[in-house]
Amino acid sequence: MSRVLIVEDSPTMVQLLVFIIKKLRDVEIDTANDGANGLKKLSEGRYDLVLTDINMPLIDGLKFVSLLRNDRSNGNRDVPVIIITTEGEESIMEEGMKLGANSYITKPVNSQRVIETVRKFINA
Amino acid sequence: MKQTMEKEIRNTEERAHPDAGGSLLNPQKGAEILNMLKRGAEFTHELLRENEKLRYAAARLQEQNESLRKRTENAVARSEIEGMERKLRTLTEENSKLLERFSEVEKENGDFANKYVEIEQENNMLANLYISSYQLHSSLDFNEVLRIIMEIIINLIGAEQFALFLLDEKTQILKAVASEGIDLEDIPSFTVGETIIGNAVKSGESYYSEDTAAKEPLDMADPLVCIPMKITERVIGTIVVYKLFQQKDSFTKLDYELFYMLAGHAATAIFSSKLYTESERRLSTIQGFIELITK
Repeated sequence: MSRVLIVEDSPTMVQLLVFIIKKLRDVEIDTANDGANGLKKLSEGRYDLVLTDINMPLIDGLKFVSLLRNDRSNGNRDVPVIIITTEGEESIMEEGMKLGANSYITKPVNSQRVIETVRKFINA
Repeated sequence: MKQTMEKEIRNTEERAHPDAGGSLLNPQKGAEILNMLKRGAEFTHELLRENEKLRYAAARLQEQNESLRKRTENAVARSEIEGMERKLRTLTEENSKLLERFSEVEKENGDFANKYVEIEQENNMLANLYISSYQLHSSLDFNEVLRIIMEIIINLIGAEQFALFLLDEKTQILKAVASEGIDLEDIPSFTVGETIIGNAVKSGESYYSEDTAAKEPLDMADPLVCIPMKITERVIGTIVVYKLFQQKDSFTKLDYELFYMLAGHAATAIFSSKLYTESERRLSTIQGFIELITK
């Protein structure tokens, strides 16, 4: 069973991502409504993949990735992270990858693209 | 025939030697014997000729026999070949039928794959619509409803700059109440019946620009999309999109469905939240008034 954490402040996006990802076999989905909550969940349990939005209040997606990768005490420090962004600009994605993200998805999300990207990191 | 000849010779010998003691032949008898021998020789020649003829006939028959044997063999071979040819034809026909069936199955397979993709897209579209309408009706708070509408337009449609206008029915003026990517103060009000936005609200018909590329510089009166929000035929406001995300270069079927859904559901969500807020406000006023009287 693979555990996926969705860090997203928009309930609409959370609902849509859960709908798409739950089609995959043997996947358990958990959600966090902001970066701080996401980091808290990652320090408590094991996860196999994290999807995070970029535009979030307080701790945005880029900061979230940076904090996670630099937290030596976090057991999920090296977990694969997929960033979800409204930006089509290469620079934002490049920045995210430089901070430690493993892949990205642009909004509006396409279910096929989400499935393909998630499957790169978990066996589902 | 051999027996006849032997008999004839014995007769001749008896005639030449009538008694066992034997006496010399007279000339007449000698001639007779000679004659008989001549006839015997002729007979022998005749026999030899006959024999030759018979050998020839036998050889002919053997040849005929050989020829017949060969013909029979050929006939058998031909029949076998014909049988094999028939089998080959049958197999070729079966093969072409199988190939035909294979291509049919392959086509069906392709059709199923396309159908699967279509169903998957349809499923995705329905999920988007379900989630949007579920979210729209999940709150009776006016500001929360506006936030949900904006969230749908950003996350599911992919708009970078847009605004929500509400109609003042008394003045027939459209005033922006929420926006994304543009400061609310920078958005002018529009009169019903004027400009693209005013005309869309007046007619109640959605407007879609042919070109989805953002206009530079931004002209607030010339949007990419204008969706009047309606409750039955009553327009309460409009959603106006000015710019899409960089990675989005056209509208999909899902976008049109979402716009269509928003036109109705966003309107009822806004209308009911306004009514609820109003009734809450009135209730609180009445309660305050009652408390004041009863004190």
